[in-house]
Amino acid sequence: MPSTIETYFDKLERTRVWKSIFRSGKGSSTLHNALAIQQNVFLHLFPTKVRKRMLGLGATWYLGTLTLGTFLVLVVTGILLMLYYHPSVPQAYSDVKDLQFIVSSGLFLRNLHRWAAHAMVFLAFAHMFRVFYRGAYRAPREFNWVVGVVLLLVTLLLSYTGYLLPWDQLAYWAITVGTNISSAVPLVGEKIRFLLLGGHLVNANALLRFYVLHTVILPISAVLFLAIHFWRIRKDGGLYVRESEPGAAAAQPTSEEQKPL
Amino acid sequence: MTPPKDFTAAIGSDMRTSMRRVLFITRRTSPQVKAYDEERVQTFPEVLIRALLAVECMLIALVLMSLFFNAPLEGIANPTNTPNPAKAPWYFLGLQEMLHYFPPVVAGVLIPGLLVIGLIVIPYFDINIEAEGFFLKNRQRRLRLSMIVAGALTIFLGVFDVYVALVPTVLIAGLLLLAAFSSPESTNRFRRYLAQRPISWWIMTWFLFELIVLTAVGTYFRGPGWSWVLPWRS
Ligand code: HEM
Repeated sequence: MPSTIETYFDKLERTRVWKSIFRSGKGSSTLHNALAIQQNVFLHLFPTKVRKRMLGLGATWYLGTLTLGTFLVLVVTGILLMLYYHPSVPQAYSDVKDLQFIVSSGLFLRNLHRWAAHAMVFLAFAHMFRVFYRGAYRAPREFNWVVGVVLLLVTLLLSYTGYLLPWDQLAYWAITVGTNISSAVPLVGEKIRFLLLGGHLVNANALLRFYVLHTVILPISAVLFLAIHFWRIRKDGGLYVRESEPGAAAAQPTSEEQKPL
Repeated sequence: MTPPKDFTAAIGSDMRTSMRRVLFITRRTSPQVKAYDEERVQTFPEVLIRALLAVECMLIALVLMSLFFNAPLEGIANPTNTPNPAKAPWYFLGLQEMLHYFPPVVAGVLIPGLLVIGLIVIPYFDINIEAEGFFLKNRQRRLRLSMIVAGALTIFLGVFDVYVALVPTVLIAGLLLLAAFSSPESTNRFRRYLAQRPISWWIMTWFLFELIVLTAVGTYFRGPGWSWVLPWRS
């Protein structure tokens, strides 16, 4: 006999409202499982089927997946942090101090955001090298590699703009060192720096600009490029199959095979 | 009248639910047919569950880390009090290390610019699609060429006293030399491996070594005035 929860879930799935939301309908047949991916606006970025060989730990080391995981953790913890943070001087610093000592679990929240950020930078690099050593950048995946490079830069910028937000000595001087470099760009260097900082020094304007970059512009760019990244994996015929893997030479996929239903 | 059929259409007799290649053989030619019968699993639920599991494991690690290690927070920003050394976040310390040797235009603009361009063009430059070992063809010429490049780089880094970046360069040059004198049939597994590496592999591996060494040095071995310090003696 099915448990109560199962029966309720079963009933729920049969309601008109449920059916109106999830187009794939009820069932666990091969077709329904395929529809669950293909009829979902987010999941349809992914192929409905994946070569079993590519799911082992040995192929991708799951590094891309883990990078995405850190990004999601960062979005959630970042939104929660935004509830306690004002991007102004000196309020920003005292807000972070409050997070450390007053807000319930504030310290944990901040720690999680910080460590996940470091992990994301590390994992994005690791994923890039993994993709390279698998040779997965070759045609027709060239452009997805380029999208990946953009994602790497966005990741670095996300981390870097976030670095200033606590407005402590570490933040202030790291950003001062970094933005001084941009003035070395020939001709337009000073202008770039001024645009970035909203002034000639790292000050309250710089904090506000970095905040807007960190919480709006860069995350939106990241989501956009991630969508392209995943969609291209499907369009390029699923994950690249390495030649040295058994049977791989025979299984060079063409993009036709991955056309959605 | 229909034109004479000059092709045959075939589909595997072991047809299953998975999509497969349909082959048209035109004008009675007989191309090599590559068997394609690879096992696939459905994204929903198999792949998604695995992805979720992987992310879950990582999340547990991050949560544990967050419980036991606190993110740094120093005193409030003070423009009049410059800490020594003032360090960038760890992933930029390789560049900051370069900044120690070269003028900002080179270390801060030229090098990162070239790196980004270099990364972008990788897939477009890989003419050697089959990824053949670098020394398997034109061995003499390629050996001479790679030793000239490695030598020039070594002299350049030596002249500017960039000993930190010199170490990975010399290491890779040594491995290149070993690869040139190894054959893919070598009895030694490592030499067999090296002999089969294509040129792109050598460049990327050099970059990886540099990245690791420069970042590690910037993080652990640099103190006041960017002087050399030993992390265990502070
Ligand atoms: C925010 C950063 C990134 C995320 C979240 C991400 C995510 C992913 C995921 C989930 C996959 C599928 C499987 C895997 O290899 O793990 C993938 C594949 C891929 N990624 Fe990324 N990626 C990121 C950055 C990059 C970077 C920096 C590069 C290279 C410069 C890159 C190039 C590729 C390529 C070429 C593939 C296809 C691999 C294949 O066909 O086998 N990605 N990415």
